[in-house]
Amino acid sequence: MSALAKMASSRLFWPVVMLLVLFAINLVAFPGFFEITVRDGQLFGSLIDILRNGAPTLIIAVGMTLVIATRGIDLSVGAVAAISGAVACSIILGSPDPGSLATVAVAVTVALLISLVLGVWNGFLVAVLGIQPIIATLILMTAGRGVAMLITEGQILTVNSPPFKFLGSGFWLGVPIAVIIAAVVFGLAALLTRRTALGMFIESVGINPEASRQAGVRARGLLFAVYTFCALCAAIAGLILTANTAAADANNTGLFIELDAILAVVIGGTSLAGGRYSLVGTLVGALVIQTLVTTVYTVGIPPIATMVFKAAVVTIVCLLQSPTTAEALSGFRRRLAVRSGKGVAAS
Amino acid sequence: MTQQTEPAAPAQGAPPATATAPAPVVEMRGISIGFPGVKALDAVDFRMFPGEVHSLMGENGAGKSTLIKALTGVYGIDAGTITLAGERVSFAGPAQAQAAGISTVYQEVNLLPNLSVAENIMLGREPRRFGGIDWRAMRRRSAELLAGLGLDVDPWSLLGDHSLAVQQLIAIARAIDVNAKVLILDEPTSSLDADEVAELFRVIRSLKDQGVAILFVSHFLDQVYEICDRLTVLRNGQLVGEYLVDELLRIDLVQKMIGKELTALDDLEHRAHAAVVDETDAATFVSATKLGRRGAIEPADLPIAVGEVVGLAGLLGSGRTELARLLGGIDRADTGELAIHGEHVRLRSPRQAISKRIAFSSENRRDEGIVGELTVRDNIVLALQADRGWFRPIPKKKQDELAQSYIQALNIRPGNPDALVRNLSGGNQQKVLLARWLAIAPRLLILDEPTRGIDIGAKAEIQKLVFNLAENGMSVLFISAELEEVLRLSHRVVVLRDRNVVADLENDGLTVDSLLALIADGRVASDDEALDERAPAVAVAAVGSGAGREASAPAGSVADAGPTAPTTPTTEGDRS
Repeated sequence: MSALAKMASSRLFWPVVMLLVLFAINLVAFPGFFEITVRDGQLFGSLIDILRNGAPTLIIAVGMTLVIATRGIDLSVGAVAAISGAVACSIILGSPDPGSLATVAVAVTVALLISLVLGVWNGFLVAVLGIQPIIATLILMTAGRGVAMLITEGQILTVNSPPFKFLGSGFWLGVPIAVIIAAVVFGLAALLTRRTALGMFIESVGINPEASRQAGVRARGLLFAVYTFCALCAAIAGLILTANTAAADANNTGLFIELDAILAVVIGGTSLAGGRYSLVGTLVGALVIQTLVTTVYTVGIPPIATMVFKAAVVTIVCLLQSPTTAEALSGFRRRLAVRSGKGVAAS
Repeated sequence: MTQQTEPAAPAQGAPPATATAPAPVVEMRGISIGFPGVKALDAVDFRMFPGEVHSLMGENGAGKSTLIKALTGVYGIDAGTITLAGERVSFAGPAQAQAAGISTVYQEVNLLPNLSVAENIMLGREPRRFGGIDWRAMRRRSAELLAGLGLDVDPWSLLGDHSLAVQQLIAIARAIDVNAKVLILDEPTSSLDADEVAELFRVIRSLKDQGVAILFVSHFLDQVYEICDRLTVLRNGQLVGEYLVDELLRIDLVQKMIGKELTALDDLEHRAHAAVVDETDAATFVSATKLGRRGAIEPADLPIAVGEVVGLAGLLGSGRTELARLLGGIDRADTGELAIHGEHVRLRSPRQAISKRIAFSSENRRDEGIVGELTVRDNIVLALQADRGWFRPIPKKKQDELAQSYIQALNIRPGNPDALVRNLSGGNQQKVLLARWLAIAPRLLILDEPTRGIDIGAKAEIQKLVFNLAENGMSVLFISAELEEVLRLSHRVVVLRDRNVVADLENDGLTVDSLLALIADGRVASDDEALDERAPAVAVAAVGSGAGREASAPAGSVADAGPTAPTTPTTEGDRS
């Protein structure tokens, strides 16, 4: 009972339950849901699809988790994703040899470097000028799409470059490249924050900035680092999204992905008020969101009802996680325990 | 436990002191509340009569806050009954309790600094007109309430622009606006100066005359004895007894609260004074020359020798905290110089001060001290870790050792390094903060009001710690609202008034009265009339400092300097 109670009180409990329920629904609607087959040395199956399609959201959500832990938020990730895709594609298109590895390497590197600049910009607005994060990143959210438009000159840039396409839809050792990239980003973030003192500082600044400052924590540098890392994540996700379709679309690449990322963080149990964060929770959150999309197709929910369905599921998760519900449930459990205790005593 | 246990039921015969009505307005019987691993309250009885001022006494962790929260519906009770004005009640939350006539003002002001004073007072019960808020009625009503408290505050000014003391009075204004049968004041005076306390007492008395039952919780024994009719003592979640204040000697009260024999602090005092004579290592550790900051503190000189304890005395707002903040690097000085061992330094941030082994422990524990959602362990290692940099994490095992040793040395309860600091009592939070600063092995430790709002036992522990640290060669700058405390610990006392240093005295034959005279006397006719009229009483602050030699390694310094012995309780009350 104590192990179960411990599990139930974990903030990962409900998100994981939600994920399992979604899996079960899928299994009923589509018995082959858990099947993973190897075709031409590459893994195929619904679960693999979920991982691959969910990779960009997960990557952004990892960066978003750290930003949210500092009591911030980054609305500009979608725009940054669009910019990085636009930059990469325009470089590839402009080069004499679009199919060469060197061209793609240059394109990717430049796109990532530009995202660092954008992240520093966000960090500057938040950490130095002290603008509220939601406003500060709103600037880049709206302006960023415009910048992407300027880069693509209003066109959808389609590229024919096998190495670039490989980023979005390739496989390595049978595993989709996007999944590998997401795993690396996730692992790096976890190592960097939990094996060093960075995670504690991030939480400390998120909970009580002034106390942290007085304890000698360099809050300003920390905020720069976190927003820059988040922008880098957004750029990586943008490259995967662009490579997947082999086209940079300034208007639609990464559209609303900031909302999915924030949702993944929240479902994962990290509070928007900052402080304690859980990267594993974010992973589960991102999987819940992606599985939801898959469920819509397997169960055959009409496309016009998709958004409503998604909203319903999110509402349920949030309800289950709310402190009020937790309190009510624990009170219920306590009463149950008392009753069963009495029963034992009576017998 | 060796102390005798008194009957758990309130003395039946004890009538309400004021005897306005025979029936209690509040009656709690057999209240028990358990938290995981702790029995916070164990079959406690408690009652209050209309028109009395009642005090709830006990050390940190005795269960005072828990009992109050049970009464106000914040916590559900596991067993027992609550009766309000003859009716069984069960509140699901503070709002219900308030609607039933039980209002609470908490120790730490729980208002909204970004709203106006009037909005704060009327929040949740704004006067309505045509479905909207009647702003004029709101202004009128809050102005009346403020006037009733003798507060000259513009109702439309932002709450956050006022001092903590004024915010506290506004919180009380908010509480008495409701038609309260029972008013609970939890440490209402901890941030008030003597004048404001007198003002508050005037208000309490008039409410008492109107038949309101007032629960007054305070660590200031003097105040309890001045205002209260009866008191209930709790210890370790159990009822010790209910007493008439007039019939209980202070010394007996303290014994009942801590359950131990008192050991006099005289010893400490003698040793402190003996140390003054020992001037062999009078090398200056830190020296401030004409250090000042516009609007905060006029240029001031403050040398602090190695091994010396300097006390700052002054009223609230005299510049005592402001001067300490400059030394701790919290605020930047805009004039003057600071030298450490004769070497000129500039402190631009707390971080730089820490790297010079200067630690500043803020008086504002909640906003500038603890990181509530982090564990005790994280809070203790935070400053040390920040000083090492993020890339050199302290190994988990070392963190545990560090936390464990401080938990033992400072007697932090609960002794669980994984507990969230938010869930600790005020005194234990203060000890966690102290542990954080001791962990960096400071050479100058600045303590701004480290004993405010904490109980007698913890207070004595902290005083003893300060003394031991100084004896081991650390400098301690010590601010306290109690002059006695300052005199007991300091080698030297620096007196501040109106943002100026007015005296710098060896603590040799100084008395509270002579300090009070200094603080009150020769005051330049100031433009601040309210300040001028203020009769300097007990609420004066002192900053003490003693300079330390070589600070030992973190874990070692605990063993050297931390008080492992049981506490030496002190009473503010019985020194008359």
